[in-house]
Amino acid sequence: MSLALDAFTIVSVLAGMFFFLAGTVGLLRFPDALTRLHALTKADNLGLGLIVLGLLPRVRTVRDGFALIGIWLLVMLGSSTVSQLVARAVQRETAQR
Amino acid sequence: MSATLYGLVSAALIGLGLYGLISNPQPLRKLLAFNLVGNGVFLLFGVIARRGAAAGFAGDPIPQALVITGIVVAFSASALAVALLKRLFQEAGSTSLRSDPPPRADEPT
Amino acid sequence: MNELALAFDVGLAATAVALAWFSVVARSTFAAIVAFVAYGLLLSLVWMRLSAPDVALTEAAIGSGLTGVLLLSVGAQLRPGEAALDLERPGAILRSVAALACCAVAALLALWVWGGVTGPAPTLAPQALAELERTGVENPITAVLMAYRATDTMLEKIVLLLATIGVWSLTPDLKWGGRSGPRQTVDPDGVLVFLARALPPVGVVIGVYILWVSSEKPGGAFQGGTILAAMWLLVMLAGLMDAPGTRRRRVTLALLAGPIVFVAVGFAGCFIADAFLAYPVDYAKALILLIEFPMLLSIAVMLGLLVLGTPQRSAPR
Repeated sequence: MSLALDAFTIVSVLAGMFFFLAGTVGLLRFPDALTRLHALTKADNLGLGLIVLGLLPRVRTVRDGFALIGIWLLVMLGSSTVSQLVARAVQRETAQR
Repeated sequence: MSATLYGLVSAALIGLGLYGLISNPQPLRKLLAFNLVGNGVFLLFGVIARRGAAAGFAGDPIPQALVITGIVVAFSASALAVALLKRLFQEAGSTSLRSDPPPRADEPT
Repeated sequence: MNELALAFDVGLAATAVALAWFSVVARSTFAAIVAFVAYGLLLSLVWMRLSAPDVALTEAAIGSGLTGVLLLSVGAQLRPGEAALDLERPGAILRSVAALACCAVAALLALWVWGGVTGPAPTLAPQALAELERTGVENPITAVLMAYRATDTMLEKIVLLLATIGVWSLTPDLKWGGRSGPRQTVDPDGVLVFLARALPPVGVVIGVYILWVSSEKPGGAFQGGTILAAMWLLVMLAGLMDAPGTRRRRVTLALLAGPIVFVAVGFAGCFIADAFLAYPVDYAKALILLIEFPMLLSIAVMLGLLVLGTPQRSAPR
């Protein structure tokens, strides 16, 4: 049982890291600010979600598990707000030029 | 041993911060470099604390508490420096530290 | 297993040093500040690897978060004057000499770290453990901050207060007692207002929780106070609340609550225990909590006011 849980953790965390890597590749390779923002927000949030999912079997108390999920939700709230604000600033700047 | 590795990092940070302090003409960049020096010194404290792990603690708590105090005091010093820079920019039009500063940047020439 | 941890440490250390190097040599100030904030977050990971979770919390919150906000706000204001200052750059010879000198300093420190320490490492951990039950708290860092070195923490509060007074002392005479920061005009249906309505209730709970849990687990008044200050700044940034006039009685009371309670408990310790800031053993935890809650309020207000800066607008009626 614990071997299956360990395997689940490893697979999930590796998948999360792959999505983080994909987001970074998108940041470096996409042509303009809006597409880079899209890559960062989607890939990073999914990556973090997979990492949190992978760490859930290893927590010691239920409260720690809720704290992990709460962290993921807060990061999603913060990053989605920030990407909206950055996107609107980029739009305003291109409209001015 | 990871503590020694981070001790080398702290030495590198102190060197980098000193170089930034000397070579950057803008006071704001000097403030950034000064913060780097401060972080390097705090990291050195942390390495000493890690080496002092004993009595069931993973690190000596006294240097760690000193570092917490230090981080807060460094922030308040940065805040005061930033307020001074803003005021200097308002009064003189540039944050240059020379005695014959360049012309004001916020007025049309 | 040890090799993997070492590989992670090497990668983390290399990335942190690379970001710090970029922050020093970058041309644009904005890029340098962003690199500094990212470096600060990596530094809190380094603190976790050094088994110092309280310091990691403080570094992430104050060292990289609040300092980053401060630097970004002033970086934006100072951008018009930057190009002129670039001409004052020291010449290549002076820069090379400075680089050599700094490398020498770094090398000396590195040598000392690498091999200079021989024999058992000096530590005060056994003494800290010996008196831990009598302080009433289990987290040794909280015990050091609030019991063993409580005078240092009290003086640190007063340093924060002096910095706030220093920032206020730069007010132009006509604006004395006024509000700091520009008046925020933000789209009332926008995303920022949504965040400023959704996040602060959660943030306040988390901030108070971090203070409350600091007696057993990593946490503390400074870390919790930073989160409260950040929520206050977010609400002001979204235009839902305006900056307070600096002569308002509420502001003065909030600023002084922490230091006054701290000093009062200190003097009370002269009478009910042995010395200034001594706690009688039965009431130690209660007294520490009594000090910490006003301290939380004062720290939050002070940190927020330090980030807001010198008052620039007229005082409210």
